Amino acid sequence: MEDDNNDEGKVREITIPGELIGSEKTFKGGYGTYTENGKVFSKFVGILRKKNDYVSVIPLSGVYIPQINDDVIGIVIDVQKFGWTVDINSPWEGFLSLSEGVDEYVDLKKVRMTKYFDLGDIIYTQVLSSRGSDVQLSMESPISRKLRGGTIVKITPNKVPRLIGKKGSMVNMIKDKTGTNIRIGQNGLVWVSGDDISKAVKAIKMVEEKSHVYGLTEEVAEFLG
Amino acid sequence: MMKTDEKLIIKGKRIDGRKPEDVRKMKMEVGVIPNAEGSALVSFGKTTALASVYGPRPLHPRHLQESDTGLLRYKYDMATFSVDERKRPGPSRREIEISKVSREALEPALFLKKFPRTVVDVFVEILQADGSTRVTAINAASLALADAGVPMRDLVVGLSGGMLDGKIVIDLMGKEDNYCDADIPIAYLPSKKEITLLQMDGRLTPEETKKIVRDVLHASKKVYEKQVEALKKKYSE
Repeated sequence: MEDDNNDEGKVREITIPGELIGSEKTFKGGYGTYTENGKVFSKFVGILRKKNDYVSVIPLSGVYIPQINDDVIGIVIDVQKFGWTVDINSPWEGFLSLSEGVDEYVDLKKVRMTKYFDLGDIIYTQVLSSRGSDVQLSMESPISRKLRGGTIVKITPNKVPRLIGKKGSMVNMIKDKTGTNIRIGQNGLVWVSGDDISKAVKAIKMVEEKSHVYGLTEEVAEFLG
Repeated sequence: MMKTDEKLIIKGKRIDGRKPEDVRKMKMEVGVIPNAEGSALVSFGKTTALASVYGPRPLHPRHLQESDTGLLRYKYDMATFSVDERKRPGPSRREIEISKVSREALEPALFLKKFPRTVVDVFVEILQADGSTRVTAINAASLALADAGVPMRDLVVGLSGGMLDGKIVIDLMGKEDNYCDADIPIAYLPSKKEITLLQMDGRLTPEETKKIVRDVLHASKKVYEKQVEALKKKYSE
């Protein structure tokens, strides 16, 4: 998802599902649009983006759609024979296979799968592939790991870029001022652990609620003190 | 149809003071249930419907899953306190039927092809019933689906019309519904100009039917405008 840094000062145009954006001759419909009878319409309640003849609609709400190489936070909901089923807060469950989850040779006759990941474990993982309803996960990435302790906060997936801020400015500020460790999954799950968890959670909720306000960083800074 | 001695249209005005073509006072609010993906509270006069949308989410049991598309589940439910005499809880024959036709009224407005093996759940609760509940429920469901970010072709607008003492009336209230000659609930995709729900209770000539449908579609513009306003309001503060 692209960041919204070149929109400062401009009025954001909100579209409604079924709203006519223009004719197919003058516009090329991108994400969040559909074409019918030579006309381009919006699919979502969202913000209209026009770049030359290319139009797209960025939805303001919605579930997380897994995309390759996204770092997501998941909760293990089932231990299977050769892998784990993971809830990644999306329309589909993710599957973490044994070979993608563990870096060493595993002799299933001697070792139990739960040694690595057990029911209810929180993992920071990466989307390896996403084809239709089949979502494969991987722990190969160096930043992927099991998250121990801490709590999970859920935010709208579309507001993840806002919580991260420009080059991580927003989340780093919350981390510094509350002495917490925060991991943000692209799927809208946020893991918080450390000193002042409740204050960090409040700050995260604040970012989610006021995501469309300009000068939000200052407001959050003031709240954190 | 039941008969009453009471006049329901006096000097061109209905019992609540409306003109025959007037819609009751509408209230629409989006995002009222934080736990749901999308939600809406809609009222037409006294009739009030609360809709919540969950999903798209994995569908269980697995044998119900469709490998090439997502499914829509719609539940229309009347609260026990929504009518004068306590309604027994649980789905009745009437509610099951309304759930089915309403689901079919919403399906043409959704793009669920990109969500195989999933389901979108829509729950609509009628909190207060005073006529035209199924179309009020459809309006609430339409707003809740848009709020949930489910890809949609169009919003769905619901409105009812009927024949009362030989006059065409729009948006019937409970009493008018009970004593009218006929009533027609309609669901409509305004920018596609498609009718997705059309039922009739009563007796009408083909000409009368056509006229009522035309008048309802004409009045539905106001309902559509109100829906758009409600959606934009959520993000304008």
